[in-house]
Amino acid sequence: MNRLLSAILFLLVLFGRSYSFDLHLADFPNDDGTRIVIKWDSLPPLELANINPETYNHERAVDSPDQFVPVSLVYRSDTTLSAVDERLERGRVYYYRLSYEDSATVWHSNIAGPFSPRENWYNINRTNVLIGILITGIMVGFFILWGKKGKSFYLRPIAGLVALDEAIGRATEMGKPILYSSGRGNMQRPASIASMNIFGSVAEKVASYGTPLIFPNNDPVVTAVAQEVAREGYTKAGHPVQFNPDNIYFVTDSQFGYAAAVDGIMLRERPATNLFFGTFEAESLILAETGNSIGAIQIAGTDSSIQMAFFIVACDYVLIGEELFAASGYLSGDPQVVGTLKGSDYLKIIIIALLVIGAALALFNLTWFVNLFVTG
Amino acid sequence: MRRSFPIIVCFAFGIVMLAQFFIPSGFSSNVRSEITDWAQIIYASALIVGIVGLMKYHAIRISRRSDGWFYNLITILSLVFMAFIGFAFGRMDGSPFMWLFNYMMAPMQASVFSLLAFFVASAAYRGFQARNAEAVLLLASTVFIMFGIASVGNSIRPFSDIAVWILNNPSMAARRGIFIGVGLGTIAVSLRVILGVERTYLGKE
Repeated sequence: MNRLLSAILFLLVLFGRSYSFDLHLADFPNDDGTRIVIKWDSLPPLELANINPETYNHERAVDSPDQFVPVSLVYRSDTTLSAVDERLERGRVYYYRLSYEDSATVWHSNIAGPFSPRENWYNINRTNVLIGILITGIMVGFFILWGKKGKSFYLRPIAGLVALDEAIGRATEMGKPILYSSGRGNMQRPASIASMNIFGSVAEKVASYGTPLIFPNNDPVVTAVAQEVAREGYTKAGHPVQFNPDNIYFVTDSQFGYAAAVDGIMLRERPATNLFFGTFEAESLILAETGNSIGAIQIAGTDSSIQMAFFIVACDYVLIGEELFAASGYLSGDPQVVGTLKGSDYLKIIIIALLVIGAALALFNLTWFVNLFVTG
Repeated sequence: MRRSFPIIVCFAFGIVMLAQFFIPSGFSSNVRSEITDWAQIIYASALIVGIVGLMKYHAIRISRRSDGWFYNLITILSLVFMAFIGFAFGRMDGSPFMWLFNYMMAPMQASVFSLLAFFVASAAYRGFQARNAEAVLLLASTVFIMFGIASVGNSIRPFSDIAVWILNNPSMAARRGIFIGVGLGTIAVSLRVILGVERTYLGKE
């Protein structure tokens, strides 16, 4: 075989024709103009057929094809026959080539270029996300407007939220405090925002009964927000004087330091009710089991499916999935907020329909429908 | 203005961050990194507020000689001491600060974390009691999964296969259902915040 290739090469050289190995450059689609796609034909090139090297140097030159520097190694076994050169500077021109060098041979492919990567202003691969957001926005917006016009929507009772009054009443009767925790989430997390909404309603209810509300915090921003939310709740309930900002305090941003601190508070203060709403991680079971050991009634809700399982075994009531986010509408009864929940419910129907259609088509090996939902 | 300004800020930044997801240009990624940098700066500033609040809380408890006030004193002293050591000797490897972190903070945190093993056992004992048909099903699933994933059970084919099937099918289906719900809830909350419908988190209504 090697003899045959050598003979072909010899004939090519004899008749004055040199074999050329080309690279093909293309702009990386939907990027910020810092990437180029380099493609090549199958390796080895005819000139190196008898050597058939394992690796080649992939080289780049900037602005002029004079000084090439190695970018990466290209393996003969690479079946993609392409590479992406990243972190390039916008507005400059680039040249590429493959090269191979050993003690006896120096080989370079033809130079590809000049080529300048293009900056894109719209990621076409995310069109499906845009359509999804628009549909969601339109539906939620429609129900907000409908709610604003006075339409009252039905919300199914959520056991954990129905039990909230009972839990607060129990603490009041026992003369013990209520402990609230929003876990480890910062204010950027939707679960923390949802938690603050629930906390506002809890503060309002607690203010009416004069029950102490303790809220040790893991995040200083959440602490500041929680103090304002609680102050507002107490004011709404007509008992602004009863609000004690010292009961809402920052403990530490350390995960297990926070768990230890809250466990300590539980064991010292012996709250009758523990409310865990927000983002929780490994500390969830440490908190919930300690709460369980002191006999507190516990209600929890989190956006983490893993921690939800821990709360289910250790707490009396758990808000599952989107119930955490629905809680503020449920507790406040604000028709606009309830409207967004209705919008989400109808979106769920659409999603279920899409899942059924996708599953049915996939059974017949028709994947085009599923591929419509792939993003880039 | 005190009420509308935060809502306008939320709306503006919410829309900008949403739009940049669809715009891959350099300008868009610069805007994103600038905003996230500022978020970090604001967070760092808020940490000062948190520390002041923490000092105040513990100082009040010490001044009132509340139960366990001695521990409040230890907290304040530890905070001041760690800050002093960090500023005075730096935080490079081998510094007193890192020594304290590696040989005091880290073991203490690991100790609290290790409690989880015992709490898992007690929670599992309570949660997996076969009181009714559903609980029996849960218990059976648990036995297969725990035994199937453990080193010995993993080498016994039926256990490992059943465990993998339970994790990949019924368990995954339930989790995906929760994910969809959480995703929709997240979108709804984000839209409520961006559109100014949700204002409880602002405190002042």
